[in-house]
Amino acid sequence: MAETTAHTEQPETPSGFPPFQSEHFPSQLLWLTVFFVLLYILMSRIALPRIGSIFEERSKRIGDDLAAAERLKEQSNAAHAAYEKALADARARAQGIANSTREQQAAEAEAVHKRLEAQLHDRLAAAEQSIAATRAAAMGNVRSIAAETASAIVERLIGEAPPEHEIAAALDAGKN
Amino acid sequence: MQLNPIEQFQIHNMAPLFSVGGQQFHFTNSALLMLIIVVLISLLLIGATVPRAVVPGRLQSIAEMSYEFVAKTVRDSAGTEGMRFFPFVFTLFMFVLFANVIGLIPYSFTVTSQLIVTACLALLVFFIVVAYGFWKNGLHFLNLFVPKGVPKLILPAIVLIEILSFLSRPVSHSVRLFANMLAGHITLQVFAGFVIMLAGAGILGIFGAALPFIMVILLTALELLVAFLQAYVFAILTCIYLNDAIHPGH
Repeated sequence: MAETTAHTEQPETPSGFPPFQSEHFPSQLLWLTVFFVLLYILMSRIALPRIGSIFEERSKRIGDDLAAAERLKEQSNAAHAAYEKALADARARAQGIANSTREQQAAEAEAVHKRLEAQLHDRLAAAEQSIAATRAAAMGNVRSIAAETASAIVERLIGEAPPEHEIAAALDAGKN
Repeated sequence: MQLNPIEQFQIHNMAPLFSVGGQQFHFTNSALLMLIIVVLISLLLIGATVPRAVVPGRLQSIAEMSYEFVAKTVRDSAGTEGMRFFPFVFTLFMFVLFANVIGLIPYSFTVTSQLIVTACLALLVFFIVVAYGFWKNGLHFLNLFVPKGVPKLILPAIVLIEILSFLSRPVSHSVRLFANMLAGHITLQVFAGFVIMLAGAGILGIFGAALPFIMVILLTALELLVAFLQAYVFAILTCIYLNDAIHPGH
């Protein structure tokens, strides 16, 4: 290939294969050292610790978020359990109230029933008593009516009223 | 466009700086590209992570992905103890990756196509491995060269081979990256040169230029893959070598 091409811009007139031109080695080594050390310092002091801390922050953030989610889940579970318990308690209490009310009402009804029964019993007894009294009174009146009737009949038959004691004796005899 | 396929690897002195012991130091096009690499990597990894968003945007996602990618590479091949070298491997990977990819932009310059650069990086890895190996394990680090369960008779030969292969690591480590970049860019340039030459050769040539043009497109895609792959290979080999320093007992 053409050896005559663009060599004009090189004042140093190189000789040989460029990578083996030893006159450039000192400058190359100098700059390689300078820039490699500079890059190493930039990477090891700034870039890599920063990226490492970004990773750390991220994993910490993710861990925190997961922990928060776990905590919230536990809270919701606890709330759910509390709700279930409250519901069960309320149900049990309602059952208890219903039972006690039923018993109370039954007891009250029983009491009312008993009282009414007692009252009825009393009135029945009173009524029986009054019936007996009335009957006794009526029975007492029967004798006097019989005596009067007998006296009136005898007076009509014989024209004169019989004496009281005879009528009484006759009534006693008739009664037997 | 330059038709000489090795012209693109030429270092240009842009500004003379100072001289030490007769050696003149310059600011070069290679240095400029290194500066651009450092600025772009910093923009991506520092600029894009300023919001520290919990839900990252695009650039922050890329920064985080590169972090996780390199971290996983280091952890998988050098263990959790290897994570102390993570900033080093990360810097190495990003530097090589950006150098490779930016080098693919026409008229730019590929820093990693310079053998001195890749050799310097590979030797840096090599010496870190040796220094950390001896510092952490003492003389036990030499167990690296004595594989277990080898018959006594052939042990000296094995140890010799192990030492040779260990010493040749920086060579293969650096030449692999350098040669991949060099060859890829030369190939691209040659095919691009065909396009220009054929297109300049009249009506028939314009139709003829379509073929190398398609090749250039396909090669660019391939080179993009190679650019990433070689950066990854460079980083993972670094991790494997560091693993030897951390766990020398195989």
